[in-house]
Amino acid sequence: MQLTQRAPASERLVDLFERGLAAPICLTWELTYACNLSCTHCLSSSGRRDPRELTTDQAKAVIDELEAMQVFYVNIGGGEPTVRPDFWELLDYATAHHVGVKFSTNGVRLTPEAARRLARNDYVDVQISLDGATAEVNDAVRGAGSYDTALRAMSNLADAGMKNFKLSVVCTRHNIPQLDEFKALADRYGAQLRLTRLRPSGRGADVWDELHPLPEQQRQLYDWLVAHGEQVLTGDSFFHLSAYGKSLPGLNLCGAGRVVCLIDPVGDVYACPFAIHDDFLAGNVREPGGFAQVWRHSPLFEKLREPQTGGACASCSFYDTCKGGCMAAKFFTGLPLDGPDPECVQGYGEQLLADRGAVPKPSGDHSHRRRPRPVDVTLTRHRPAPDRPPVTACAEDPLAGTDFRA
Amino acid sequence: MTALDLDRAWDLHPQVSVRPEPFGALLYHFGTRKLSFLKDRGLLTVVQSLATAPSARAACRAAGADERQVARYQRALAVLAESSMLVERTRTPCN
Repeated sequence: MQLTQRAPASERLVDLFERGLAAPICLTWELTYACNLSCTHCLSSSGRRDPRELTTDQAKAVIDELEAMQVFYVNIGGGEPTVRPDFWELLDYATAHHVGVKFSTNGVRLTPEAARRLARNDYVDVQISLDGATAEVNDAVRGAGSYDTALRAMSNLADAGMKNFKLSVVCTRHNIPQLDEFKALADRYGAQLRLTRLRPSGRGADVWDELHPLPEQQRQLYDWLVAHGEQVLTGDSFFHLSAYGKSLPGLNLCGAGRVVCLIDPVGDVYACPFAIHDDFLAGNVREPGGFAQVWRHSPLFEKLREPQTGGACASCSFYDTCKGGCMAAKFFTGLPLDGPDPECVQGYGEQLLADRGAVPKPSGDHSHRRRPRPVDVTLTRHRPAPDRPPVTACAEDPLAGTDFRA
Repeated sequence: MTALDLDRAWDLHPQVSVRPEPFGALLYHFGTRKLSFLKDRGLLTVVQSLATAPSARAACRAAGADERQVARYQRALAVLAESSMLVERTRTPCN
């Protein structure tokens, strides 16, 4: 998010926010676990629709509640949210009820007609996900054809006159060398670049070791972010890099349960979008009292709003800006929550990572059972035994044709 | 930053939403998609009464602000005006 005003050091905004707010500022709402893609780093392990998914009416009831709580906007994601048949209906319902919508998509449903519809609505913003500035780098993570799909969607949005939509990139070892190319790509379509951190959440845990930026790339990313300032959005996800020195623009605090939370497709409320695990489950919007009750009174959120001591990081001179980094990154790499981030730029996470034991698994997995990859199959021709009649369609015996003379 | 004219009438931009918070309030501008905040409840009272007050100064006075507080509120209101959170109210034509 962007802040237009800075408080004096004596009453910094982060200190006020640490105690929690009447309602979230950034609420992520994943509408479905269904997805046409199977990105290797999917933070919600999406693929298949969950049969318990909120119905259209239940989703509208959530929007009514968000309007009453004055949640300014929701970040809608998934899964691929646009594959829900009622996606456009829910989008219109939210914006008509003063809840702005920013949604993330791989672009699969952003036809020229859909793009024109979005461009007409001032209360909608779109984020196109792309994890490589070239098809080669992108498709290795997001799947064959996904680069072309994303670029077609961006082209449709630009042609429809949609200004300043977002090109959203998860930074990996393979795309950090492409930062300038991403910026050029965003500029070409009149979009704004948004860079976020790769988390070891969901299927991301399986590929984190190979994909997370190398130490020298973290420095390169930090320098690039400092040079580009507020032109590039980060979702406040790189505050652990503040320990290089100067704070990056944004809030620079872990907002879990304080300013952010996640509503998942079945209505479960988690402390943050990167923490889909029972340890961070605060309640469900279908319970009595709804979302407001969960946000205001869940024991988990109340605990997250208590002052944090810093634990092993308290004596570090950068603790004030880095705050020990990302809770989800620590949790899913098996590190203690009151110690350094696994990607601590002062190097305090490296030894802990080397010594780590068992790593917690996410609570749910909606991955496609069969990944859309070529599978080798061997075809054999069935030869009927010469001394038995061939099995016909009329043979009803379930054991018909079986030869027990092994 | 230019000083805000306290003797003119001001209002929140029509695309701005205000949410009271324990420490003051949060403001969100749906047009610029920017967030801002008010650091105390007194300032919130001022902002909420701008629409009906004849001037920003009158709104400050109605909220019980003394000279020193008026000067502080003037600076805060100027920041809000600069980011288009506040707009000058167009005077209705005399008839």
